[in-house]
Amino acid sequence: MSQFWTITRREFAGYFSTPLAFVFIVVFLLANGLATFYLGAWFEMGQADLTSFFMFHPWLYLFFLPAISMRLWAEERRNGSIELLLTLPVPLSAIVLGKYFAALAFSALALALTFPVWISVNFLGDPDNGVILASYLGSLMLAGGYLAIGSCLSALTRNQVIAFVISVVACFLFTVSGAPLVLDIFRSWAPQVLTDTLASFSLLTHFRAITGGVIDLRDLVFFVTLIGVFLVATMIIVDMKKGEGA
Amino acid sequence: MIEVQHLVKKFGDFTAVNDLSFAVESGQVMGFLGPNGAGKSTTMKMITGFLRPTAGTARIAGIDICDNPLAAQTQLGYLPEGAPAWPDMTPRQFLDFITRIRGLDKAAARQAMTRAIGMTELHGVLDQPIDTLSKGYRRRVGLAQAIVHDPDVLVMDEPTDGLDPNQKFQVRQAIEEMAAHKAIIISTHILEEVDAICSHAMIIDRGEIVAEGTPSALAARSRFFGAVSLTLDTQLLERARAVLDGIANSRYEVVTRGVETVISVFPDGTPAPATDLLAQVQDLIAQQDWPVRALALETGRLDDVFGTLTRKPRPLADAVDVPDAADVPDGGRA
Repeated sequence: MSQFWTITRREFAGYFSTPLAFVFIVVFLLANGLATFYLGAWFEMGQADLTSFFMFHPWLYLFFLPAISMRLWAEERRNGSIELLLTLPVPLSAIVLGKYFAALAFSALALALTFPVWISVNFLGDPDNGVILASYLGSLMLAGGYLAIGSCLSALTRNQVIAFVISVVACFLFTVSGAPLVLDIFRSWAPQVLTDTLASFSLLTHFRAITGGVIDLRDLVFFVTLIGVFLVATMIIVDMKKGEGA
Repeated sequence: MIEVQHLVKKFGDFTAVNDLSFAVESGQVMGFLGPNGAGKSTTMKMITGFLRPTAGTARIAGIDICDNPLAAQTQLGYLPEGAPAWPDMTPRQFLDFITRIRGLDKAAARQAMTRAIGMTELHGVLDQPIDTLSKGYRRRVGLAQAIVHDPDVLVMDEPTDGLDPNQKFQVRQAIEEMAAHKAIIISTHILEEVDAICSHAMIIDRGEIVAEGTPSALAARSRFFGAVSLTLDTQLLERARAVLDGIANSRYEVVTRGVETVISVFPDGTPAPATDLLAQVQDLIAQQDWPVRALALETGRLDDVFGTLTRKPRPLADAVDVPDAADVPDGGRA
C-alpha cells in the first residue's frame, strides 16, 4: 500500500514538473466554458441546472484525457526508466494502479477547478445540488474509464503520439456506440437486443444515466468493471512485453 | 550469491543468449565482456527480472528470480544500460523515491542516502533536475540509485560508458570500495576496466561464453604472452632486424609509430622459458649498445584475446610494418 502511494505521488508530481500541466488545466477550463456557454447556450436556456455543462464532457474528455494517459507507459519505455521501475521490488499491480490513480487525481483536480460554474448556478438560481453532485461523480467515473483505456493503450507503444491517437480512437468507439446517431442506424434493422447491448457498452449511455440524477448501481458497476478490465489488461500487456524485451 | 543456470533467451528465431551458466560469489567482481550484441545486456536483464528467460533461471542470494522476483529484487541493486532515471526529478527526490519504494524507514533512508551520495559525490547537484545534469553526473545518479539500499548483489550495465577518464576513475574507485562485501557483475567493452577492477572476467560472443577466468589468466591466452617487446628508435630498425634474425627459435613482429618502433620477439617452436628469451634479448642489447627506450616481458594482451575469441579478423602476418599509428591497438605491455 505504501509503495502504491509512493508511485502515485511521484507520478502526480511528474505532471507538474513542466508548465504543461497548468497550460492543460487552463485550456481544459476554457474549452469547458466555451462548450457550456456557446454550444450549450447555458444562459439562454434560463434553467438553473448544469446539464449543458456536463453534456459536453464525454466529447471534451475524448481529447483531453488521452493527452493525460498517453505518457503513462510510453514515456517510461522511451526514456528507459521502465527497466528501472520494473526491477524494483514492487508488485506490478502497485505500479499500474499507482500510475492510474495519479492520472485520475490529475483529471479530478482539473474537474474540481470547474467549481465556479457550480457557484454561478447557485448564485443565479436554485439548482438541485444533488443532481449536480451526482453529475460530478458521473463525470469522474467517465474520466476514469477513458484513463483506464488510455493506460492500457499507452502500454502498447513507446511513442506518445501513437498512444494518444489510438486512445482517442478507442475512447471514441466506446462513446459513440451509445450516441443516438449510431443507435438509430442499428435500430432500423437490428433486433432490440443488439442495439441495447451496443448501447450498454457505451460510456455515454451510463454517463447520461448518472447525470440524469439517478445513481443506479448498474451504472457504477459498469464503470468500475470497465476500469478494472482495462487495468488488468494494462498489467497483462506490461508483463507480456517483459518477455519480448521491448 | 549470483547463480545463473542454463539461461536462454530467444527473440523469435534469434537466440540472444544460449545456455549461459556461471556463478559469482560475494567479494567477486565479474567483468562481462563481449562485442555489442553479444547478449551482455540481455543476460543482465534476465538476472534482474526485467526480461523473462526462455529457459533457465538465475538465483539471487539463493532466491529464484523467476519464481520469487520481489524477494530476489530486494537483494539486488541494478544500474540498467544508459542509467535511466526520471528526468524531471532531482537526485535528492529520485533517491528519496527509491528508498521509500524499497521500504527503508526514515532514519535508515537518511543514512543510506548520505552514504550513497558520499560515494558517488553528488553533493553539488542534489537539487538540480536530472535532466540538466551532465552525462557523468547522470551515470553517478544511476549508480547511487543502485547502491542506496546497500544490496548484497550489484548488477551494472556499462557503469562507466561515456564518462571522462577522471569520472571513470571515480566510478571504478566506488566499485572497488564496495567489492569486498558484495557480489558484483559489470558489463563493459573497455578492456582496461577489467584489468582495473574485476577479479573474474568472462568473454561472451553470440550468447555463449567463449572464455572465462581471472583477467590475467585470460590475457595469458594471448599470443603475446611470453613475448619480449623492445622499443627502439626507428632509425635502428634495419640494424635490429639483422641481429634479431640471429636469435634461435624466435620470430618477431614490428610496429612502427613515427620515430618509435616496437619489436615484439616471440619464442617460436620449442617453447623456451620466457625468461631465457628475455635474457637473450637483454644480452643482444648490451652487445649492440642500442639505446633502448623500453623493454618488457609481455604478460598477454586482453584486447588480443578478445579480438581472437570474438571472431574479429585480425592481421596475423609474421612481420607487420604498420606505418600509421591509427589502427594499432594499445597493447597491455607490462
